[in-house]
Amino acid sequence: MSFVKCLHCRECGREYPIEPLNACDFCFGPLEVRYDYDAMARAISRERIQKGPLTLWRYIDLLPVEGTEVVDLGTGFTPLLKAKRLGKLLGLDNLYLKNDAVNPTYSFKDRVVAIASTKALEFEFDTLACASTGNLAGAVAAHAARAGMKSFIFVPADLEQGKMVGAAIYGPTLVAVKGNYDEVNRLCSELADLYRWAFVNINMRPYYAEGSKTLGYEVAEQLGWRAPDHAIVPSASGSLFTKIWKGFNEFSDLGLMGPTRTRMHCAQAEGCSPIVTAWKNGWDVVRPVRPKTIAKSLAIGNPADGFYAVKTIRNTGGTGVSVPEEQVVEGIRLLAETEGIFTETAGGVVISALKDLAQRGVIKRDEVTVAYVTGNGLKTQEAVMGLLRPLTIDPNVNAFQQAMGGR
Amino acid sequence: MASRRVKFTYTAALIPDPVIYELGKRFPIVTNIRRADVRETFGWVILEMIGDDADIDRGLEWVRGKGIRVDPAGGDVVEG
Ligand SMILES: Cc1ncc(COP(=O)(O)O)c(C=O)c1O
Ligand SMILES: [Zn+2]
Repeated sequence: MSFVKCLHCRECGREYPIEPLNACDFCFGPLEVRYDYDAMARAISRERIQKGPLTLWRYIDLLPVEGTEVVDLGTGFTPLLKAKRLGKLLGLDNLYLKNDAVNPTYSFKDRVVAIASTKALEFEFDTLACASTGNLAGAVAAHAARAGMKSFIFVPADLEQGKMVGAAIYGPTLVAVKGNYDEVNRLCSELADLYRWAFVNINMRPYYAEGSKTLGYEVAEQLGWRAPDHAIVPSASGSLFTKIWKGFNEFSDLGLMGPTRTRMHCAQAEGCSPIVTAWKNGWDVVRPVRPKTIAKSLAIGNPADGFYAVKTIRNTGGTGVSVPEEQVVEGIRLLAETEGIFTETAGGVVISALKDLAQRGVIKRDEVTVAYVTGNGLKTQEAVMGLLRPLTIDPNVNAFQQAMGGR
Repeated sequence: MASRRVKFTYTAALIPDPVIYELGKRFPIVTNIRRADVRETFGWVILEMIGDDADIDRGLEWVRGKGIRVDPAGGDVVEG
């Protein structure tokens, strides 16, 4: 039994039953899960959480799932590492990295899909679906396989083969759609209306999005039941960013830790930074853009939660950082060379944003800071191919020593 | 009959144009505004369009031709 009460519209407040629904019929605003927090507070405790599994399912009481039959690939409870060497370089004594690149399909999307697939089974769907250019595709295909569900994965036809493999291996029906990004978007919205599928980020979106809260819970628990002073989060739709903040606040409101005073920093790449641009200009509306960035996993030009992300930046005294395109790979390299973590372009964006915030003095030396590394570098190898310069030698000692001579 | 939920985004110069009114006159489409925010410099409108798929497509092409950006109302669904 969960503590879920209903869905409610974030714009007009109308309430809806717990069903596969994502938009308010009245104002078309997005729907969000509402909980009975009083009952939840009576049931939950640090001890209860600590007795749970070392996965995101230790927070099941705070998630919108009913039974104990969950789709479990072992997602979550990923390492929070103190970053001494990177911290020293940036002048930060309390820098931490949340390494979510080590999830079952190597990105944080396993969190959202764990909830969406579990909920899909509850609603008695037999098919999971999504439209994706990478991380989400892999997470959906893998969870469908694990749950014994069918899956449909829509990708743009010009997607790199390597990225398709990361989903295809799990046996989904992989559909490569000829057409531009807008056309793929449009087709998938229409298909979601036509077929009785659990489309993870369409009709399952209210439940799906709640999975990202666990990236707030885990960091707070791993820091010893406290929220950090600063969090730096890569953003595309803006959902992850707002849900991490929600996760911290729920822990505070439930009495699991003291008040949350985290300043939330939103990191985007310059070539697709509608949220950061809105924040910088003081707009409270996000103007859609046409993405043109190396950080493909963050390339959402019309972010569903952009407005709420801008509000979160503002309400927390945070900032938005748009990272110049050429600094994305720099960030990837810096993290790999100082801390031994190979992240994809979204992580490069975060590390470069972190560096900028430290250099500008927005983050003070002793403040507890968490940078979210949400995806694995092996997925975007094409972005860093230019760094590959092996010493090529003949198979003899002399050749080796000669090659080393220049070093 | 199809129904589509879309968001129009305008810049300042286009705000005075009665685009949605004209859209309904030029094409056999019913438009139904659900939410809007129009400022001095910029505005958006979220609306439902009801009609034949092909008519909606043609109507939206005409709207784009006016320099208005058209997006799905609920945000992009293709994720990373
Ligand atoms: C690796 C990675 N990080 C961050 C994000 C951003 O997530 P959101 O769309 O919730 O802002 C994505 C989303 O596609 C992603 O793939
Ligand atoms: Zn509403």
